[in-house]
Amino acid sequence: MNAFEQGLLTYLQPEQLEKIQNVRIGIAGAGGLGSNCAVNLVRSGFRRLVIADFDTVAPSNLNRQFFFAHQIDQPKVQALADNLRAINDNLELTLHPVLITRENIHTLFAECAIVVEAFDQVGAKQLLIEELSCSGKLLVAASGLAGWQNSDAIQTHKLGEKFYLIGDLQTAIGPGRPPLSPRVQIAAAKQANVILNYVLTVAD
Amino acid sequence: MGITVNGQPAELTGTQTLSAYLTKKMDDLSGIIVEYNGQIIKQDQWATITLQEKDNLEVLRFVGGG
Repeated sequence: MNAFEQGLLTYLQPEQLEKIQNVRIGIAGAGGLGSNCAVNLVRSGFRRLVIADFDTVAPSNLNRQFFFAHQIDQPKVQALADNLRAINDNLELTLHPVLITRENIHTLFAECAIVVEAFDQVGAKQLLIEELSCSGKLLVAASGLAGWQNSDAIQTHKLGEKFYLIGDLQTAIGPGRPPLSPRVQIAAAKQANVILNYVLTVAD
Repeated sequence: MGITVNGQPAELTGTQTLSAYLTKKMDDLSGIIVEYNGQIIKQDQWATITLQEKDNLEVLRFVGGG
């Protein structure tokens, strides 16, 4: 057990940490939602993540995504893995630097009990929910987090037993509604908290 | 015929498929996710479902950003 995990046991019971550490979580997209959700999950003790994203770090990502200037042009999955390991070096990460498709999504996340939908494009968000909704996995998606208006409008919506959708459900990225750190991070943190609550409370 | 849409009662006239109902109700079907009686239905399956009395629909829209 490393210093991070010892420190976390200041706040969690050993059996709670054990539950958290046994769950494998898929992160579909390592951008604003995915990178920040992953940080929250790792800081909460989760250590088994499967991260998929085809993209590389760009200067326009640095305003809200958990990357740094020296990581520009690196594959996002690798840069994120490095940053997460700086928080807790005892992680079991599976990295897929690929585009997620209807054909590969089932294989990529086959081992995951929980999948975080963290895409930016509408079509990809829809693809994930349509393909995985019958998989028995807990799905935690996001919709509506652009701009800087009322952050309390970013809410957690529950549909069925295993599908949560977080966001204001209407504010798309567009002219006058850029993706900025506070609302993106609020949505990502809420995704992580749904998972934490599910693992510690609901899944029992 | 009465169904429930996003928790609110809705009245339907005649027989309608899920696809016909949504096309009539919404200007733009991009990014729409439909939960039909607790199950997510892919967009290409909407036309195969005929709405029945007491059906429960949740209709949400994904918008871009992440």
